[in-house]
Amino acid sequence: MFKGKFIDNLPKIYGTYTGGFIVFIILMAIAEQAGMSAKLIGIFFVAFTVLIYALIGYLSRTMQTDAYYVAGRQVPTVFNGMATAADWMSGASFVAMAGGIYFKGYGYMALLVGWTGGYVLVASLLAPYLRKFGCYTVPDFIGTRYGGNLARLSAVIVLTVASFTYVTAQINATGTIASVALDIPFEIAVYVGLASILMCSMLGGMRAVTWTQVAQYIVLIIAYLLPVFWISNKMGAGVFPHFMLADEVARIAELEAQFGLGEIKNSAADLKQVPKGLAGITKAHAEVNTTPWKFISLAVCMMAGTASLPHVMMRYFTTPSVKAARRSVGWSLFFIFLLYSSAPMLATLSKLSLMDPNLATGIIGKSIAEVQAIDWYQNWNQANLMFVSDFNGNGTLELNEFFMGGKAVVLATPEIAGLPYVISGLVAAGGMAAAMSTADGLVLAISNALSHDVYYKMINPKAETAKRLIVARVLLVLIGFAGATIAALEIQGILGSVIWAFDFAMSGLFFPLVLGVWWKRANAQGAVAGMLGGLIAGTAYLIAVRSGYPGFWGVTQLTFGIVGSLVSLVLMVVVSLMTKAPDAATQRMVDEVRIPSGKAILGKQH
Amino acid sequence: MSFWVMFRLLTYREGKKMSKQQQHWEKTRMLLFITLAIWFVFSIGIFFFGAEMEASSIRPLGYPLSYYMTCQGSLGIFVILIFWFANRQEKIDEEFGYTEREDD
Repeated sequence: MFKGKFIDNLPKIYGTYTGGFIVFIILMAIAEQAGMSAKLIGIFFVAFTVLIYALIGYLSRTMQTDAYYVAGRQVPTVFNGMATAADWMSGASFVAMAGGIYFKGYGYMALLVGWTGGYVLVASLLAPYLRKFGCYTVPDFIGTRYGGNLARLSAVIVLTVASFTYVTAQINATGTIASVALDIPFEIAVYVGLASILMCSMLGGMRAVTWTQVAQYIVLIIAYLLPVFWISNKMGAGVFPHFMLADEVARIAELEAQFGLGEIKNSAADLKQVPKGLAGITKAHAEVNTTPWKFISLAVCMMAGTASLPHVMMRYFTTPSVKAARRSVGWSLFFIFLLYSSAPMLATLSKLSLMDPNLATGIIGKSIAEVQAIDWYQNWNQANLMFVSDFNGNGTLELNEFFMGGKAVVLATPEIAGLPYVISGLVAAGGMAAAMSTADGLVLAISNALSHDVYYKMINPKAETAKRLIVARVLLVLIGFAGATIAALEIQGILGSVIWAFDFAMSGLFFPLVLGVWWKRANAQGAVAGMLGGLIAGTAYLIAVRSGYPGFWGVTQLTFGIVGSLVSLVLMVVVSLMTKAPDAATQRMVDEVRIPSGKAILGKQH
Repeated sequence: MSFWVMFRLLTYREGKKMSKQQQHWEKTRMLLFITLAIWFVFSIGIFFFGAEMEASSIRPLGYPLSYYMTCQGSLGIFVILIFWFANRQEKIDEEFGYTEREDD
């Protein structure tokens, strides 16, 4: 069926795959009509997609270092864009973001701006230069550019702290979805999620992760866009929701005023009855409801964090050329844009479905008993993600008496809007794909840094290829298990942990990476001071704020990266200038990095 | 090599002291500054004026301007900006003969 090289056949292969997936959705829809239970449909969706990823992972197995670490550097621009988009869009983007916007409105939309604007920094400041460098990992760049094991080790430390914080959130998300879809307890579901993640990455490293991520992107984007378009059309809101929901946004504002949003407040005693983690709508949908600085500081942290997260940067090491790396960033952002521009639309449709008394699906204003008798309400209430209570005792559900978990906005909206259950199964598969693809990238980033930079470059430089790759795989499994164990404890919510990860990465890595390319005078001492100083300052600020310190400049626990990165910048510049300039060889190396042509600094296999 | 010598002679006659590589970097840096300036306006600058944008009579597709920029406007501009930047940078690399030989 497919003649010639695998790479040349990519459009055909993934075209067939997409077609096959659509056929699968149609088959499931037919099965639902024929009376297949909702539970079984959910199981089929999640199990089928995960098995496909595992199969791709198995087919991509390899015993070569450049295939394991950088997918052989032959991933075409557009496909690398898709893989990056899947790598990037995690459970937080897929499951939690629309929820955040649903509850907090404009204030949370700073995440949309921050998580896209960062790619401009990636494209212009870093990706092409790091690609030219020819490194396998981000610490590989730091270690070679600045020289010395201390710089390399500091980069590994920052990378591990940031990526590990991030990966626990993703394993948590896979666990949540697996537990809902497969109907098993969360503590077990976490390990089911982990097993799926490891199956995709263990045998083939970056090569396997690349080709599963492309497959996962296709699933997740279909799963996100289909319900948005469907609900919008069903509601009569518009054929193309992104351009046509202005009236609906205005209608929500009207309803908010009618239902007394912001005027009727719940008493503390009433709120105590609400299960932990659930929230009601307290902020207006589209109004500017936050101070400019709060909005901007969050966006800035997410943007600088984007440009410092190693699992994203690592994806641009896999392109065939510097030029391709640059274009690939554009494609990545295009594919991300498709989902991100839909999140506010989904939040709008979800909110209107619930609020508008003119719609059959609206529940506000109905009697409490009636709402409690709805099927989907009972299901999500059982899953501890929905709650109603008659605080004022009038027997009718008011806006301030309805509570929902952040995850439920995406996962439950298709059901609320009256779509067939097959769509809910699809959304669960999409959420699983989003969380798995990101977890894969992160676990691989950590284990590659430990196996390549710590084991091979620092402990045993004479290790043979086979031994290096075995160490890499053992570490992969160990890190996965450590992540799952911590995820099972559920310390912080998904969105919260992800935001922290960005702040950690920004605190320790942003300036050492950027100045490594753009400031020749930066030296090893400065970089080490910048990385460790930034990370320590950021962490200290986070701990202080968490234990009651009011903080300064309006920097909160979500934006502590501002403090960390400023400390990092100052330390790096001051220490660099106080110590000796880098030698002539390093300066030449930086010159060499700045032009696209010529050999990479590090060899093809190193 | 001879090309290099010729290039140095030419640039010397024109009174420029910068090497080819320095000129390339100079242009690359200019492009970076322009790109970052546009990025700054749409990622940070306009959001200082959230309230003003909301009250504005400019309503793209009927949405309030502040809402539109956070949902689509800025995001779309970033996508275009990156492709524009990539094209310009490729032109600069070509101009100085730094294009990679093996391209995809």
